[in-house]
Amino acid sequence: MTFSLFTIQMLNGLQLGVLLFMLSAGLTLVFGIMNFVNLAHGSLYMMGAYFAATAYAHSDSFLIAALVGVTGSAALGFAMERIVAARLYARDHLDQVLATFGLILFFNELARWIWGASPYYMNVPEALSGTINLLGISYSTYRFAIIVVGLLVALGCYLLINKTRIGMLIRAGSSNPTIVAAMGVNIKMLNAAIFALGAALAGVAGLMSGPILSVQSGMGEPILIMAMIVIVIGGIGSVRGAFYSALIVGLIDTAGRAFLPLLLREFLDRSTAQAAGPALASMLISIFMALVLALKPEGLFPLRNR
Amino acid sequence: MKPWRISQSVATAIVLLLVLLPLYARLAGEPFALTFGSRVLVFALAAVSLNLVLGYGGMVSFGHALYLGLGAYGVGILAHHGVHNGWLQLGVTILTCAIVGALTGLVSLRTTGIAFIMITLAFAQMFYYLFVSLKQYGGDDGLSIANRSDFGLFTLGSPITLYYTALLLVLAALLATHRLVHARFGMVLRGCQVNERRMKALGFSTLRYKLSAYTLSSVLCGLAGLLYGNLTGFAAPAYMAWTLSGELIVIVVLGGMGTVFGPLVGAIVLLISEELLKALTDHWMMILGPLIVLAALTARRGVYGYLLDWDAWRAQQRRAGKGAAP
Repeated sequence: MTFSLFTIQMLNGLQLGVLLFMLSAGLTLVFGIMNFVNLAHGSLYMMGAYFAATAYAHSDSFLIAALVGVTGSAALGFAMERIVAARLYARDHLDQVLATFGLILFFNELARWIWGASPYYMNVPEALSGTINLLGISYSTYRFAIIVVGLLVALGCYLLINKTRIGMLIRAGSSNPTIVAAMGVNIKMLNAAIFALGAALAGVAGLMSGPILSVQSGMGEPILIMAMIVIVIGGIGSVRGAFYSALIVGLIDTAGRAFLPLLLREFLDRSTAQAAGPALASMLISIFMALVLALKPEGLFPLRNR
Repeated sequence: MKPWRISQSVATAIVLLLVLLPLYARLAGEPFALTFGSRVLVFALAAVSLNLVLGYGGMVSFGHALYLGLGAYGVGILAHHGVHNGWLQLGVTILTCAIVGALTGLVSLRTTGIAFIMITLAFAQMFYYLFVSLKQYGGDDGLSIANRSDFGLFTLGSPITLYYTALLLVLAALLATHRLVHARFGMVLRGCQVNERRMKALGFSTLRYKLSAYTLSSVLCGLAGLLYGNLTGFAAPAYMAWTLSGELIVIVVLGGMGTVFGPLVGAIVLLISEELLKALTDHWMMILGPLIVLAALTARRGVYGYLLDWDAWRAQQRRAGKGAAP
């Protein structure tokens, strides 16, 4: 195996990791502060991708696509919070799982109804369609752009949460929402804003993954399950934990898919390795999560002030 | 004379209708009714098993379809290798589900709440991908089962036999649930749901009880899978999909979580509504989805739960009436 192949796979892992972070940040905020399990977060990602792809197909401008995708999913998230989620904050997780499961069925069918059952393609924008030279290794510019956007989003999240007034309220809300409300903060609007922010991040993830994946109904669920694994590993409610564990999960998944079949071929015969490799690779992150939970049930990077 | 209870009469009527359904299917010449009835019963059996952990143990397993799939593959893989003996398939299914259930349960039960939901989901996904990548057993496309389970005295190849086997199993499972939850074991399990810390303080090894319930539930769900494989003549990774796990939760909650008869009612209600909506429009899930949301928002006790509540209310009214009379 060559060094460049290894580097490219690591970059791919990083790219998956930042995508996962954009999804899990919203998920973990909503869970940590409102104690709400949002399975329909993947639907927000899917709708964001559809909005962006449609806008891009009509306007041919990636900027407009980004604007439509992100504001569209944020608005959808806001509506979802006001209509369904807000009524379920005080209820147990089972009701939340049930309601958001219903929402997933609705959105997947809605997407199939509006955009059809076959995948909807979104082109890579002209300016980002080539390859970029990184230390002598050529890498897809668009994928590199995803990494940059993801890291910028992570930096933005850090600044927002640690340096602004809103962030202070978010941190306060995650440790004691009742007191925050008693201090005169409109906790309802704060909750809706957090939900919409999470939805916007999911929209960014949808926008960015549109050109590298096919946009189709049901695309949100596999990645949602990965994001759920990310937040459980990272420690629920912790954005910092979500960032680290998203990168870990992204790298493990990509590395497993790329190298495990090669590794198995060393000491198994070819056909067995070919069959077992992908299986083990796709099971890898679940196994990793089971391991983490068995050793540290509260996750690897739990919130410190609990 | 014992006062008349609505919930009991509804339950009796449902069982009677289920017993007579094959007769109707034969007389009306509608074999579809029989297949549909079997489907309802298979899902009811799976839901009964889920109800044991979800309704009585408070463990929200979001991966129960895993055992449904394992049961179907128990038939599929053995039949693929030319083993059609039903008893052997049954033994293998029970053993596999018990081992997988006990091992995954042991890890999952270290967590509670959302982490438990996620880890059961992750385990189910893990096996889903495992079977997707097993190319020798059909991979993504699944495995068709040409020869159904042969139990010597009877074979599940005949639709009527399959139907009555499923019905018998469902009724037995309902009876067993009733006995179990009123026995000491069930009391401890329900105690864990209400307040696990207190049960521990009372000296119960709660993990042991919860793990036993989880394993038992896995095996029961595996039986449903065995029937499902025989019903559809197919075993596929799709049987382990998370949507199916979600559907099982919907059935349990819709019927009445933590009521013995609820899962059967839930399976009937959900599957019939699905059929009705399918007849109405191709995009039936756009209607079903919001209905599930609405059910989660409002109808928390489930259909059968509300019937029980109604009975309790009537009994109270009667007592109040007696008290008022001189």
